[in-house]
Order: sequence, then C-alpha cells, then structure tokens
Amino acid sequence: MTEHAALETFRSEVKTWLTQNFPKSLVGKAALYMGFDHNVPMEGDALRWRQALAERGFGAPTWPKAYGGAGLSAIEARALGEELAAAGAFNPIPLLTGMGSTMVGPTVLEYGTEDQKLRHLSPIARGEVRWCLGLSEPNAGSDLAALATKAVNKGDYWEVNGQKIWTSGADISQWCGALVRTDSNAAKRDGLSFLLFTMDQPGVTTRPIRLIAGASPFCETFFNDARGDKTDLLGPINEGWTVVKRLLQHERQSQTGAAPIASTGASLSQMAKQYVGVNDRGELNDPDLRLRLASHLMDARTHSLTLQRIAAEARGNPKVTAAASILKNSATSVAQTRAELTLEIMGHQGLGWEGSAFATDEIEAVRGWLAGKAMSIYGGSYEVQNNIISKNILGLPETTQKG
Amino acid sequence: MAVLTEEQTILRDQAVSWVNADAPVSAFRKLRDSGSITGFAPDTWKSICEMGWTGIVVPEAHGGSDLGYMTFGLLLEELGKQLVASPLYASGLVGATALRFAGTDAQKQNCLPAIASGEAIVTLAIDEGPRHAPDAIAMSAEKTGSGYRLNGTKSFVIEGGSATHLIVAARSGQDIVLLLVDASATGLSREVLKTADSRGYANITFKNVDVAATALMSAGHGKATLDAILDRARAGIASEMLGAASAAFDMTLEYLKTRKQFGQLIGSFQALGHRAAELYTEMELTRSAVEAALQAIDAGSKDVPLLCSLSKYKVGAFLFRMSNQLIQIHGGIGMTDEFNAGFYLKRARAVEALYGGQGFHRDRYARLSGF
Ligand SMILES: Cc1cc2nc3c(=O)[nH]c(=O)nc-3n(C[C@H](O)[C@H](O)[C@H](O)COP(=O)(O)OP(=O)(O)OC[C@H]3O[C@@H](n4cnc5c(N)ncnc54)[C@H](O)[C@@H]3O)c2cc1C
Repeated sequence: MTEHAALETFRSEVKTWLTQNFPKSLVGKAALYMGFDHNVPMEGDALRWRQALAERGFGAPTWPKAYGGAGLSAIEARALGEELAAAGAFNPIPLLTGMGSTMVGPTVLEYGTEDQKLRHLSPIARGEVRWCLGLSEPNAGSDLAALATKAVNKGDYWEVNGQKIWTSGADISQWCGALVRTDSNAAKRDGLSFLLFTMDQPGVTTRPIRLIAGASPFCETFFNDARGDKTDLLGPINEGWTVVKRLLQHERQSQTGAAPIASTGASLSQMAKQYVGVNDRGELNDPDLRLRLASHLMDARTHSLTLQRIAAEARGNPKVTAAASILKNSATSVAQTRAELTLEIMGHQGLGWEGSAFATDEIEAVRGWLAGKAMSIYGGSYEVQNNIISKNILGLPETTQKG
Repeated sequence: MAVLTEEQTILRDQAVSWVNADAPVSAFRKLRDSGSITGFAPDTWKSICEMGWTGIVVPEAHGGSDLGYMTFGLLLEELGKQLVASPLYASGLVGATALRFAGTDAQKQNCLPAIASGEAIVTLAIDEGPRHAPDAIAMSAEKTGSGYRLNGTKSFVIEGGSATHLIVAARSGQDIVLLLVDASATGLSREVLKTADSRGYANITFKNVDVAATALMSAGHGKATLDAILDRARAGIASEMLGAASAAFDMTLEYLKTRKQFGQLIGSFQALGHRAAELYTEMELTRSAVEAALQAIDAGSKDVPLLCSLSKYKVGAFLFRMSNQLIQIHGGIGMTDEFNAGFYLKRARAVEALYGGQGFHRDRYARLSGF
C-alpha cells in the first residue's frame, strides 16, 4: 500500500471511530473545554469521550502504545487532528494534563528510566493527572539558571526548599516537574537537576495570582521541606539544564500554532462586515481597518503556509528544531494582532468584562486579548527567541564587552 | 526551501554554478558601466538559451521542456541573487505564458519554439501610466477591414527595447483584447529608458499601427485571461525578488560577522542581532508564500490569484526592508557605488513597481477575500 493510501485508510478508520465514539452532544462545544478557563468539569458525555480517546491512545497519539499512546506518525497525528476538527470534535486531554502532554511527557519519553515512563506516561496519556512546571522564580525569569530553590539528598528522598513563581495550574495539579539546585558550588548551569514530585504533600503550598484577564491560572509556589522520591530525578544528577533545555524546546514547539483547533466562530472578515458595514462595492466601511485586516490575514496565511512547508521538508519526521523559535514569534504576533483587531472591530462592544450588555463572544474576545499578551513572555520571551535565532541559527557572536 | 525533485535539484545546482562563474553581480556592473541600451549582455543571453531555460514553461510539442513554474522560480531565484539581467523572465516566463494562455494555434506554432530557442524575445506590454493598472487600459484597437489599428502608449515595458514581439492589451469596443505585434511594425516607436536599475525598460508608442486580424489573441474573456497571465508573471518576479533579498541578507550577515567597532564584532550588538533575527524570520515566512504561489500554479489550484497576490506582497515588503537594511548595516561602505548594495536597492524598487506593488496586492487580496 502506498503511503497515501495507507493514510486514507487511517482517515476512514478515524471517521468510523468518531461516529461510534464522539457524543453528538459535544459537537461545537470545543470552546467550552478548550477555552482559556479550562476548568469545566469532565462529566457525563465529556467524561465518556475522554475515556474513549484514552482507550484508543488518541490522547497522546504519537506516544508508544506501551505508554498509553497510539504510536502514530506525525503525519497520522496531523490527519487525526484534522479529522477531529472536521467532525467538530476535539482532544481535551492535553489541556487536562496541564504541562503533562506537551512538555513533561515528551521529556520523560526522552530522558526517563523505563520505570519512570511506565509510572508517569500512561496517566498523562489518559488525561488523569495534571502536571505543573516549577521553573521560574522571583529572581530567575529569562535568566532561568540563576534559580535558587534547593534539593538536598536525604538518603532515601530529596528535600526541597525554596520558592517558584508563575507556576501555571500549581493549585490544581497533582504533580510538579521542577528545576532545582543540587550543587551550590558548581557553575550556574552545572548544579541543576530536574526533579518530579507530588503537589499533594505538607511541604508544598500554593497561592494563586490574579492576572489582567481576571482568572488566576498561575501561582506562587512554596516548598518547605517538601519531598521528592529518590527514583524521580529525571536525567542524571546535575544535568538538569540539558533536560530543561529540551523541555523548553518542546514548549516552543507546542506554541508554534501547529495544532488545528475546531473552528467555532465566523471568520474575522465576516465579523468585520457585521460590525463595521460595507460600502456599495462590498468593501469594509473603514478603509484603514480594511487594509490592516488584509495585512493580518496575509500574515496569518503565510504563517500557516510556513508550518506546511516545514512539515513537508521534514518529510514526516519533524524534529524539534531551531525553526521553532521563528514559528513561535510568528505565531505570537499573528495571534496578538488578531486579538487586537478583533477588539477594534467590535468597538465599544469589545470592552465588555461581564454582564448581559455583551455577547459571550465579545467578553471572550476581551479576555483572550488580555491573556494573549503572555504569549510573548512565557516559553522564552519574544526577545529571548530572537537571541536564540541570532546566536544558534545565524551564528552571530556573543558580546564580550559592555557599552 | 520546498522539497525538490531530482530534476529540480540538478537544474538549481546548474544555475548556481553558472551564475557564480559566468554572471555574478560584477557582470551586471560591467553592463551598467558599458551604457548598454539593450539592458543585457548578448553572451549571457546566449548561454541562458543554450541551457534550455527559456523553454521551461513552453510545452514539449512546441520545443520546450514544460517543467513548470516552481522549476522556473528556482532558476529565477538563483539569478536574482546576482541580479542577472536578461530577457529570460520577460520572454521565457511572461511571454511564453501569455502565448500559452491566449495564443491561437498558429501564434503558438510560430512563436513558442522561437521563445524556447531564444530567437524571439516576446514581452508583455500592459501598463500605460506610471503605476500598474490593468483595469485602466486605454490603448485602442480599432477594427479595420483587414485587422486592427492600434493607437496608444505602453510604459515601462520590461525588455521593451530588445523585444522582437510585443503582446499588448488594448480596448476594442467593450472588450479588452490581447494582440501579438511584431516590434518592427510601422508606426511603432520605442524609447529605451535609462532607469536607476540598469535593466532594459522602454516606453513604446503606437501610432496608427496596422496589424492583421491574425494578430488577435483572445477575444471576449480578455480580462480573465489577462489576470491569469499577470498572476504567473507576479509569481515569477517574486522568485527573483526572493533571490535578491536573500543575497542581501547573506551580505548583511557576513558583514555582521566581520566588521568590528568598539573592539568587537558589530553582530554581537543585540540591537543588530535582533534585527537580523527579525529579517531572517521574515525571510523564512516570505519563502513559504513565494513557493506556495508557484506550487499552486503547477497544481492548477483555485487559490492562484489569492496566493500570487500574497506572494508579491510579502516579497515586496521583505525586499523593501532588506534592501534598506543592507545599506544601513553596512554604514558608509553601503553608500559607495563601488560596493554592490546600491544595485540591490535600485533593483528592489524597480521590481516592486512591476505588476503591482504592495498596495495593489493588499487591496486585491482583500477584494478576493470578499471584503
Ligand atoms: C501566563 C504565564 C504562564 C507561565 N507559566 C509558567 C509555568 O507554568 N512555570 C514556570 O516556571 N514559569 C511560567 N511562566 C513564567 C515565564 O516563563 C517567565 O515569565 C519568563 O521566563 C520571563 O521571565 P520574567 O517574567 O522574570 O521576565 P524577565 O526575564 O525579567 O524579562 C523582562 C523583560 O526583559 C527582557 N529580557 C530578559 N532577558 C533578556 C535578554 N537576555 N535579552 C533581551 N531581553 C531580555 C524580556 O524579554 C522581557 O521583555 C509563565 C508566565 C506567564 C506570563
């Protein structure tokens, strides 16, 4: 069978499976479970759908079957995403697992012991365990290696003391992957290790931080003699920097705008016509907005053409590459511009916070616009990505002197 | 870079080595210094024809290789890097495309093999004023007993000075028609232009030029046909522009790694490092748009108009920014005629104006998208 025919067979299997397993009641509900506040409880049909995905390994489709995945190739996984979107279905598992599916999981796959893979991956693939990531600290943001949280060897466990900040989902996660200092005498990057431990223990406390968008998706996280199991150091001791660099590459990869999302709303230009009106030539009534909207749509199209081109060049073996920095910055600016334009198009209606004077779409646009500002800060800020591009891709030299 | 076939890789490599050996920017400089009025060097043109590049979009039945627009784009990109001046684009791509789309059987039979061999230089003459305006064609083709009488002016015709044949758009009653005109016709006069870019452009005046009825290419759906031809012309020039921009990027990157000030390489200054990163990002994105347009043409996609406008717009914006940064980041050196940066800046503006600049294509993209 040719590659193409095999893929078509796979697609039709997925279609059949979807008609048998995707509950009709969830059609068009992607936004509810995939939106900015993904705290809608998984009950009834939603729970059954999650379990069906998990049974088939579709929660983490590219992971090996032995660890709860479906062992799909990247091309098949892409096709799966497209079939889900076409059926109005969605895969809520990655969001349910916090940082589990996109970051911790792939890193465990690469650096974990067999025991760690067996214990940690399946629960993620099934969407049963939520993970948070304890990297940033008050004095260690972009300069992550400056972190101070310590883990001390106590014989049969690691004892963790210190403070993390901006820990997304810390208050609702069961597990944490944290970068901690295990050798205070070594150079900045050489004394760090990556430790996995449970959040539900006396030594861990979290304090939610309210964001400009209103919700509190992240926390200050305090470790006071918290404990990590001896078997849960990911990768060798004092080589946590290597592990976390890889993890951050996975994070960037997940932020390139590659995942197809079931489209719910009308197109931006359609929406603009409704709010702004058109002249007798059918053009938007605001000629300046019309051109800026066109520029944005061209940028968005170019971004998606670039994703396609890079996927084609990788011939179905997409590696996590430096190109992710380019794509992350491009995806960020497309998304942020889209949010700004959406608000501008809505005019005063695009300022609603809550209440019946505003449609749900309008309130979501405002919240999304605000929440989206984080895209150029986390996962390596816009500026940090440009440092990576200039040093790692273009090979530009380091500064050796101030001023 | 798109995934290439073996044939495409071979052709591209052939282009790289030929350009570097036989037609580097220094050859373009020589051409300019010679005050050439044809706008290209005859031996450069001869080698191009001998390599068969003029036949890439000519059907095999008419002496070409019919390898498609993506393949042609690859060559134009390599030639664009060194600013090669020749009628390859104007005749081999645009002229051949116009004949394929609008030529009668007899016209194809007569002209396509001659384009492929390089004997004929067939160029498209559309615009009549300083800006691209395919909707504002005023040149008249008045029906006579034996054919048509042409009156009007075509401006800034690429390779207009050396063309053996012109394909002109004219108004005949309500219709826009295309006519294939011998450049030596009585009443046709050309004024070769001396422009900032030392390529061959000419203004062409038609004063009671009588042509036979057989000169008529396509009647009736002239506008749709013209759009299809123009879109292929746009996708082609976009490749050349991408080539020029990527060469400008490489020159700039090289300078960032070699020029020292304040005791260190200027590329270590973060302001310049970030500018380079942004230019590189824009270049990668632009490449996707340029290649997508060519691939859409080869695949016969319905998205051709949209993607061709996207391609010309994106590459126009990038080449504009890149050619300015080429000068800026080179400092004083960038301003000297002895250095090549100026050639890239001048070419950038000439091709920006060709077949619609950024403003034209952004407006068209919006219109095609229904707003
Ligand atoms: C919504 C959200 C969720 C997050 N989730 C998590 C999480 O789950 N776990 C976690 O550990 N962290 C998380 N973070 C933290 C995030 O990783 C940090 O915010 C990020 O690393 C930036 O650090 P900082 O906030 O300290 O900013 P700083 O590093 O202080 O940066 C301030 C400014 O300086 C610029 N800058 C810094 N260094 C350089 C440089 N070398 N060159 C040029 N410019 C520079 C930055 O680009 C930025 O503009 C999250 C952040 C947000 C906003």
